[in-house]
Amino acid sequence: MIVASTLTTNLSILVLAGFIGFVVISKVPNTLHTPLMSGTNAIHGIVLLGGLLIVGLSGNGTFNKVILVIAIAFGTINVVGGFLVTDRMLEMFKSKPKQGGEDAAGKGEHDGKGTGS
Amino acid sequence: MNGLPLATSFLQNQSFLDVLYIIAFGLFIQGLRGLSGPTTAVRGNRIAAVGMAIAVIATLLNRNEGNWGLIALGIAIGTAVGVPAARQVKMTAMPQMVALFNGVGGGAVFLISWSEFRRYGSTYGSHFVQVNSAFSAVNFHVGGVPTYVAIFSVFAAIVGSVSFWGSNIAFGKLQEIIPGRPISFGSAQQIVNLVLLILALAAGVDLVAGAHSELLFIGMLVCAALLGNAVVLPIGGADMPVVISMLNAFTGLSAAATGIALNNPALIVAGMIVGASGSILTNLMATAMNRSIPAIVAGGFGGGGAVEGASGAGEHAGTVRSTTAADAAIQLAYANRVVIVPGYGMAVAQAQHAVRELTKELEKRQVEVSYAIHPVAGRMPGHMNVLLAEADVPYDQLKEMDDANPEFGRTDVSLVIGANDVTNPAAKNNPSSPIYGMPILEVSNSHSVIVIKRSMNPGFAGIENELYYEPETTMLFGDAKAAVSEITAELAQL
Repeated sequence: MIVASTLTTNLSILVLAGFIGFVVISKVPNTLHTPLMSGTNAIHGIVLLGGLLIVGLSGNGTFNKVILVIAIAFGTINVVGGFLVTDRMLEMFKSKPKQGGEDAAGKGEHDGKGTGS
Repeated sequence: MNGLPLATSFLQNQSFLDVLYIIAFGLFIQGLRGLSGPTTAVRGNRIAAVGMAIAVIATLLNRNEGNWGLIALGIAIGTAVGVPAARQVKMTAMPQMVALFNGVGGGAVFLISWSEFRRYGSTYGSHFVQVNSAFSAVNFHVGGVPTYVAIFSVFAAIVGSVSFWGSNIAFGKLQEIIPGRPISFGSAQQIVNLVLLILALAAGVDLVAGAHSELLFIGMLVCAALLGNAVVLPIGGADMPVVISMLNAFTGLSAAATGIALNNPALIVAGMIVGASGSILTNLMATAMNRSIPAIVAGGFGGGGAVEGASGAGEHAGTVRSTTAADAAIQLAYANRVVIVPGYGMAVAQAQHAVRELTKELEKRQVEVSYAIHPVAGRMPGHMNVLLAEADVPYDQLKEMDDANPEFGRTDVSLVIGANDVTNPAAKNNPSSPIYGMPILEVSNSHSVIVIKRSMNPGFAGIENELYYEPETTMLFGDAKAAVSEITAELAQL
């Protein structure tokens, strides 16, 4: 098995991700910038994973555990709150067909809950 | 915890988990692509949310040990706080909510770095001599931490802390807990910032070099925290969206750094994409306001006081004509084309629904109505669109600046509601004005202009608006919502 250097592999991923970020984002129209900021904001809540990974490792004293629980809580707020708020913002851009549209939106909210929890 | 039903050997297979991560960030990218159009944006956001759920599940599967209680506790607290906050926040308060969510993200980053430092204890950063061998993956063993891990971890701690405190200040300013006006040490500000930055970096370098003092780590966090405060406090309210966007990018970068320190590709990809997008967005916003990012960071409109006098002084020759709701209603009723220019004043007065009612009343009279949206109307690019969409304004009535400007020439009445600086002709005509060069909505080209405004106070930038003194302009003083409702009522009686 070929073992690539962890650091260089990760740096490659970093650089490529940066370019993807530039390309994907630069196409977004002005109007959607606030939802976009909110959406990307939710995505960096992925630091939550860091907390999840570390909290189970050995060598964590009580104080560390407290720190990590706070970190996990912060990360969760970032993720859950971020996606929900973005969803609320975007829901308003939907063209609303008078009757059926509201039902669909209601269902959508339930779906949102399902994926969130 | 091998006893868990889900934790079979297959599910814990590293390649399988890696595949889950790859799916997750594929979904992030796809989701962000979806956000590029109003019709696909909702789906895009949900796709990204699904990606996040997959990434979280993969991470939970990856764990070998217990502490499920702590994880459940953290997630429960986060959900209990985050869900109601996101559901109940008013659309006008959206920018500060984004700032707050961004802040807690930064908070999570620096807390994780801190706990990593504590966990590694004396092995943290002690392998300075191993810089070269750090390039081999096998180095991650016998408790020693490769230097690069310490470097990225320290970077994440500093940036995360700056982002956390900076975002909280931004929240405080937008929520008006802290005065929106610049607060600074004056000319010493930049020196203070620089000293704090150097102190934080010095502590960081020392830690990487193998100083095992936790006090030093805390000191570094404190310096970064003070830096976050010191950078954002002097920035005026008008520049706040740019700052939030910048801090958003910072948090993204710090998450990517955490990803490298923890060797987690999902963190690296997601964090870096946010870092890249946040930088672009920051730049776009700054361009729209004709502000350079270094100038904003160096002290906002701090110098505005002096310039304000200079630009305002010569322009008081004209007089301001005020009008009544009844007159405004008549003017609007007999127009063929009306353009509504909404600004932050409309947002704070929660007048978007009243404005929509007015539009409906005008449309009944065959008046063509559209909305001209300045890129930075409201408090963030696109914020105004969100508010108007909330009031059921059709998407195709919203015109962006470049489409709206050529139309003002054949517009009978421009109705400016709570917008100020974005309509100021000084940005075109007066090279000495601090906003000179900022793209504006050329309202003054229309046949007549009605400005609804609370008082003659200058806008965020603290600059007189020449528009108000022009002969075709009339002012309707009052609260935006009350004034608009009054016009609608008068219109209904015509």
